[in-house]
Amino acid sequence: MKDAVISIRNLSMRFPGKRAGEEIAVLENVNAGVARGQFVCIVGPSGCGKSTLLNIVAGFLEATSGEILVEGLPVRRPDPRRIFVFQENGVFPWLNVHENVGFGLRKQTRSERDRIIARYIDMVGLGGFENAYPHELSGGMRQRVEIARALAANPDIIYMDEPFGALDFLTRLKMRTDLVRIWQSEKKTILFVTHDIEEAVQLADRVLIMTARPATIQEVVDVDLPRPRHLDSPGYLEKRDRIFQLMGMSLRVGETAA
Amino acid sequence: MAALFLTLWGLAVRWSHSDLFPTPGNVARGIVELIQKGLLLKYIVASVFRVSWGFTLAVLVGVPLGLVLGWYSRAFQAFNPFIQILRPISPIAWIPVAILWFGVSDAAPIFLIFLASVFPITVATIAAVQNMQLVYLRAAQNFGLSTGELFRQVILRACLPQIITGIRIALGVAWLVVVAAEMIAVNSGLGYLIIDARNAGKRYDLVVAGMVMIGLIGLILDLLVRQLEKFDEVRWGYIGRRK
Repeated sequence: MKDAVISIRNLSMRFPGKRAGEEIAVLENVNAGVARGQFVCIVGPSGCGKSTLLNIVAGFLEATSGEILVEGLPVRRPDPRRIFVFQENGVFPWLNVHENVGFGLRKQTRSERDRIIARYIDMVGLGGFENAYPHELSGGMRQRVEIARALAANPDIIYMDEPFGALDFLTRLKMRTDLVRIWQSEKKTILFVTHDIEEAVQLADRVLIMTARPATIQEVVDVDLPRPRHLDSPGYLEKRDRIFQLMGMSLRVGETAA
Repeated sequence: MAALFLTLWGLAVRWSHSDLFPTPGNVARGIVELIQKGLLLKYIVASVFRVSWGFTLAVLVGVPLGLVLGWYSRAFQAFNPFIQILRPISPIAWIPVAILWFGVSDAAPIFLIFLASVFPITVATIAAVQNMQLVYLRAAQNFGLSTGELFRQVILRACLPQIITGIRIALGVAWLVVVAAEMIAVNSGLGYLIIDARNAGKRYDLVVAGMVMIGLIGLILDLLVRQLEKFDEVRWGYIGRRK
């Protein structure tokens, strides 16, 4: 892919198994690219290695072979220009909302910091909760704090690992709408892992579909639908059903497509 | 409960016709006598002074040591056997050594209190660092913290609730040890009061008065440390407790 911000090249990952000499292949020759400003979702069956892939791309894990290039340079470790939003919520419980959102701001003056913090707290809709501690907030609000913390650090890329996975259905829908709004105004590149096909189709410009383990990219689906996307529009339903089919699932419960 | 306990105590002494063991009334008069002689306050201050020093030194050594050993697994493997051998040695067993090194002075009990409390603090801190949630660490690495910032802003903060629990246990042990140390190594303090009251005239009313004061002050110390758990910076670590 030309002018890709993130290039994943021939990436393979094997973990040592329980017995000596045994290896578990998690990722097998993964190739993909993400263009600047794009919103890309990775979907795949549970346990297929999506999160492992994202952790390698972010520099938290080292691949067995292959490489990740960001802006043409190989990734060796995590970098503040690329912030990770964690599935299990990585906001610091010992800091309040204001302090959490400002965590990545270390070089600014105090007034500059406060201005940036206020802007992003406002953007994620947490105005009035500046002095609250994470344990006093709901799961959805904590995930908003983490998104604000990521945005405040002004990264080029945001990696999101099933960030809404632990939230209830209605909160999840609201979070998706807000994330698209924020992405449109902030123009970040987002790589988003989810097991939820509907979520992927609502959010993404492109959906990378992964196979079961050892996982590789099975198919790339471009979702060229206008936003906001309506859950009952024919275009949305068509993309959604296409991905369901590609993943070998029928929409009728209890039936498996050949 | 307290009234029932004191009544039973008094009755038990009367029925057993004990000449030596005091009734609650004897003990209360003993405490008044100690206050009038100016000894009670003097001995409490002496004991609390020693515990404060020994305990503060233990915190200043134990917390940084625990953070480093918990973080660097190589250092842990090198030092842990050493800690595990020293830890089960009762601080009481160190009394002769302490007198040899420090003589009959405040330094001896302070050293013993330090020894008694540094291990619970170090071990609690090591465990806290080793069990720290990976997600906090990764988030910190992601924001590009230096090693110093990582320790101060993330590792210490994430471990503080468990460190405070270790400090509570250590303070209890320190208060136990000061009494034993004062019985042998010095001639002031609540421990000395107890042993001196017995040796100098079988004044068991003063012995029990000393025990009552030790219990009350131990209770106050624990209540003070428990106040640390109420700060916003650590309160998250105690959520989900039964009370």
